[in-house]
Amino acid sequence: MKKSTKVSKKRPLSLQEVADKAEKEGKEGPEPGDAWDLRLYVAGQSPRSLTAFANLKKICEEHLKGRYNIEVVDLVKHPQLAAGDQILAIPTLVRKLPQPLRKIVGDLRDTERALVGLQLRQTEESK
Amino acid sequence: MAKAKLKSGATNRSLPKALTGIQGLDEITGGGFPRGRPTLICGSAGAGKTLLAIEFLVRGATEFKEPGVFMAFEETAAELAQNVRSLGFDLEQLEKEKKLVVDFVRIERGEIDETGDYDLEGLFIRIGAAIDAVGAKRVVLDTIENLFSGLENQGILRAELRRLFRWLKDRGVTAVITAERGDGTLTRQGLEEYVSDCVILLDHRVTDQVSTRRLRIVKYRGTAHGTNEYPFLIDEDGFSVLPVTSLGLQHKVSDERISSGVPRLDTMLGGKGFYRGTTILISGTAGTGKTSLASHLVDAACRRGERCLYFSFEESPAQLIRNMRSIGLNLETWARKNLLQFHSSRASFYGLEMHLAIIHKVVKDFDPQVVVIDPVGSLIEAGNKRDAHTMLIRLMDFLKMRQITAFLTNLTSGGDAIEKTDVEISSIVDTWLFVRDIELNGERNRALYVLKSRGMAHSNQLREFLLTKQGVDLLDVYVGPEGVLTGSSRLSQEVREKAAEMVRQEEFQRKERNRTRKREALEARIAALRKDFEAEEDEAERDITQDQDREKLIAENRETMAKSRRADVNKTAVSSSTKKPKE
Repeated sequence: MKKSTKVSKKRPLSLQEVADKAEKEGKEGPEPGDAWDLRLYVAGQSPRSLTAFANLKKICEEHLKGRYNIEVVDLVKHPQLAAGDQILAIPTLVRKLPQPLRKIVGDLRDTERALVGLQLRQTEESK
Repeated sequence: MAKAKLKSGATNRSLPKALTGIQGLDEITGGGFPRGRPTLICGSAGAGKTLLAIEFLVRGATEFKEPGVFMAFEETAAELAQNVRSLGFDLEQLEKEKKLVVDFVRIERGEIDETGDYDLEGLFIRIGAAIDAVGAKRVVLDTIENLFSGLENQGILRAELRRLFRWLKDRGVTAVITAERGDGTLTRQGLEEYVSDCVILLDHRVTDQVSTRRLRIVKYRGTAHGTNEYPFLIDEDGFSVLPVTSLGLQHKVSDERISSGVPRLDTMLGGKGFYRGTTILISGTAGTGKTSLASHLVDAACRRGERCLYFSFEESPAQLIRNMRSIGLNLETWARKNLLQFHSSRASFYGLEMHLAIIHKVVKDFDPQVVVIDPVGSLIEAGNKRDAHTMLIRLMDFLKMRQITAFLTNLTSGGDAIEKTDVEISSIVDTWLFVRDIELNGERNRALYVLKSRGMAHSNQLREFLLTKQGVDLLDVYVGPEGVLTGSSRLSQEVREKAAEMVRQEEFQRKERNRTRKREALEARIAALRKDFEAEEDEAERDITQDQDREKLIAENRETMAKSRRADVNKTAVSSSTKKPKE
């Protein structure tokens, strides 16, 4: 998964830790100017994972250009996170920021649904 | 490697199995669940699926050195640990010892959106990581069907589940999958399609307000297994299945005889008492001394140093001890010496199966030589007649297998036929004693007889049964022209007999006296006659002498005269002619 975005080398924070951190900052719901922190859970370099990553990249470039960060977590390398973050399905996209946490499973092929899931559709309208 | 293992397993004659360590379950499955394959446990809510699965893991970890993984889709690890703590399973401790991993899989539909294709590799990785963490050989997926409520795409789910079970097989772990029972199907989501090696159905039924848990092996590929519904229970020691129906009639028999504690009763039973390891039933109407007889047997057994178990469904131990003291039996001593154990509970307190299970457990723990169940009829309260019947048969078989002498009491109620037990067990008992009331002349008395006693020459006599301060006593009953008499009738009859005897004696003596008197009278008369005769004889003699004298005198006179007349000498003619005129 060597793309332009960073692939985590150190241990990624668990979602609980992310949520705790966000709570400290006291944020609720995505706001137009927010920086987006996304995490994509994959298992190895399966074609489906690659598709998901490509789709995600496309959506982000389109809607969140310049203010997003994608972290790819390979569960094969960090299996303990599968339990900690309650990940069952692969690929799973988690929106860590803005709060609250959202989980979207699947390869994001259905862009409309992905946008709704990420609450980007809503953000678009409010623009 | 796992695959190779499986293949070698398949070529084996019998399927390799993983012992569950659960009481009774290993017996009916012929050695546990199929090793390295998934087993499906289905049942309705509250049937005990999770518990069975947990015990499978805990026993595996503690007894068979097979660490386990518990994937919980319903309860969190903490909840689960709390739930099973009451059964003596300390999951947290096992986790600390690296023998068990409990992983809670949370699925919230509201949190998840689905866009496009996915698989459950995350779950696979989780299970895999958990297996690797402790080197698990056993995996439980507790209600994996919950996935169906969390994820929309059924097609993907089904394909992934199929893959999951195959993957588990490939990893060589013995998996247990629990699933909720569906309408008309074994599981709601048809999981039985994927798990086809072993399917176990748990059932929880309520009949007459008493609930009974039952287990049935629906399918077990490649192995012979018990096909019945087996009752099971969940108590403080966990799960136990009672495979008692499979016992069959294979028990050993003993030639040893044991005393009933009542010498006269032993005499009635071929002189030696009961056979060891047989089933003895005593039936009778209320208050006929069934419990007292049972206590005698217990007392005799304890005197021999044997252990006795007394299941009382009507009296508390204290009451029983007090009551038996009144007939001179001190059961308390035996209880204190730990030779006698009481188990008192109301029959309706538990279901039948529970009773059976408790009896089993206590018998296994205490290992007694004599077991008393007083009374068996009350077990009907805990279930229906048929169930009670089968349960008792199972119980009898179980006790016989262990060479335990069983003493059952049964209350015959007034309306029923007398020679009949409520639970219709008369055909399976070996010795049947019967105590009945005999009502006569305004009083009731007890009588005992041996209705049957297999394998011994037993008395056919009715005996009067007395409860004295020294215990049970058996007496001969009075059998006479007026029928069988007992109690005071017997006493009065005895008195009457005595009186009659006296009268007869007197009569005899009177006759004797009469005879003597008669003889004396006769002899007196004989003596008198003789005296008369003697007197007459004397007189006659005197007459004769006088006559002779006179003759002589006459003859002398005639001679003198003749001499004087000088007549011719024709003596005879002269004497006869001369004599006649004189007379």
